[in-house]
Amino acid sequence: MTTPVSYSPAPIVKLVEEFSKLPGIGPKTAQRLTFYLVRMPEERARDLAEAIVGVKERVSICSRCFNITEADPCDICSDPRRDQSRVCVVEEALDVLALERTHSYRGLYHVLHGAISPMNGVGPDDLRIRPLLSRLRENPVEEIILATNPNVEGDATAMYIHGLIAPLGISVTRPARGLPVGGDLEYADESTLGRAIEGRQDF
Amino acid sequence: MRSRTYRSRGIVLRQYPLGEADRIVSILTPEMGKVRAVAKGVRRPRTRLGGNLDLTSVIDFAASFGRNLDVITEARTLGQNIEVRSDLPRLSLALYVCELADSFAPEGSRSRELFRLTLSVLDTLGPAPDPWLLTRWFETRILDVSGFRPQIEDCVECAEALKPGDHLLDLGAGGALCPNCRSLGVGGKIFVSESAMRVLRHLQRTSRSDELGTPTLRDSLRDEVEGILSRYIRFVVERDIKSADFTRRAVRLEGDANPQFRR
Repeated sequence: MTTPVSYSPAPIVKLVEEFSKLPGIGPKTAQRLTFYLVRMPEERARDLAEAIVGVKERVSICSRCFNITEADPCDICSDPRRDQSRVCVVEEALDVLALERTHSYRGLYHVLHGAISPMNGVGPDDLRIRPLLSRLRENPVEEIILATNPNVEGDATAMYIHGLIAPLGISVTRPARGLPVGGDLEYADESTLGRAIEGRQDF
Repeated sequence: MRSRTYRSRGIVLRQYPLGEADRIVSILTPEMGKVRAVAKGVRRPRTRLGGNLDLTSVIDFAASFGRNLDVITEARTLGQNIEVRSDLPRLSLALYVCELADSFAPEGSRSRELFRLTLSVLDTLGPAPDPWLLTRWFETRILDVSGFRPQIEDCVECAEALKPGDHLLDLGAGGALCPNCRSLGVGGKIFVSESAMRVLRHLQRTSRSDELGTPTLRDSLRDEVEGILSRYIRFVVERDIKSADFTRRAVRLEGDANPQFRR
């Protein structure tokens, strides 16, 4: 089979190609975005380009909690109003955003940048576990919340970290698992429902 | 015309992320061997499928044949071993068992024995008095059912019964060599001490895991047996079993708190 001749100008082909490398964007969406950009005023296109470059140039990783940040330490770590006695351990920086949206947690975070995945060769040394331990030794806290994902790998990560910090005498908790708000009981999957029943609370 | 969908029991062996919210799941089934299928949207929290497709879970699932990969349409958990899932060393051993089953499982052909074996080991890993021994037994049995059983009763070259003593295990020839045949063999020889050979034979002769017993084994002997089996398996599957490393660390970490794992 020969490659079909492309009648699109090279810059367009290049942009389509770049767009389709992004998550959730297939060739059709990439094309649509590209042709939208072609019609866009030059000024706005420049703003977009600058925003993309700015993300790469100005955003770094907080040296304390490893969240993505513009300043180091990050806004959460340096906010005196936050509860300094609690640290919530999460897998990804996106999880911090999710927890912040709840407005229910006012403590600090620690981002691991992944979960232990033995079969894929991701071990404890590939995550930010050691910095967590030194952080806890330097600034002792009262509670560690292990908010890794509720699946086998997230559980393994939580249990591994628990094993390491148990000697430090810090209270270790894990978020409850249960039914999604607004969902129907009959549509919940068996394992979630099972856990929800196990973790039931006094009314 | 053959049906577009099928239904089977299975064990979730491995998962790989796909795209934004999907996963490719590798499932061991009794009739079709290893099936690789796409589970759509399972990384989103509102998924109905996701909670049923976790690693090491035993499931009843339905899938439709795809051009390349099948697509899972329905899944229900049959057994999810809470005892294993809440204990790090046992969980890490379960993951190791799954990875091993994944490396040995054929794609598209019947594998009832492998299925039954993996299922029984995952089931007994929770209450097992010596999970380490059970895992070594699983290694021995998986070599048996896939046709790579090492010959350790008689010399692999001259078929003479092996006398008690230290031996060499020839990886290429798939068995132990008697003192007279030491210079023969195909290559890749490992030293096997007399005590390690006794453990290996005990594993090979035990046909049911509940007959394994709880022999007292020195740490150094356990390390030796584990090393021999892992080198033999690596030779057979021609790759590293990646979870082995983490399994060792998890067992060591828990060693202080849990006497069963004190080694």
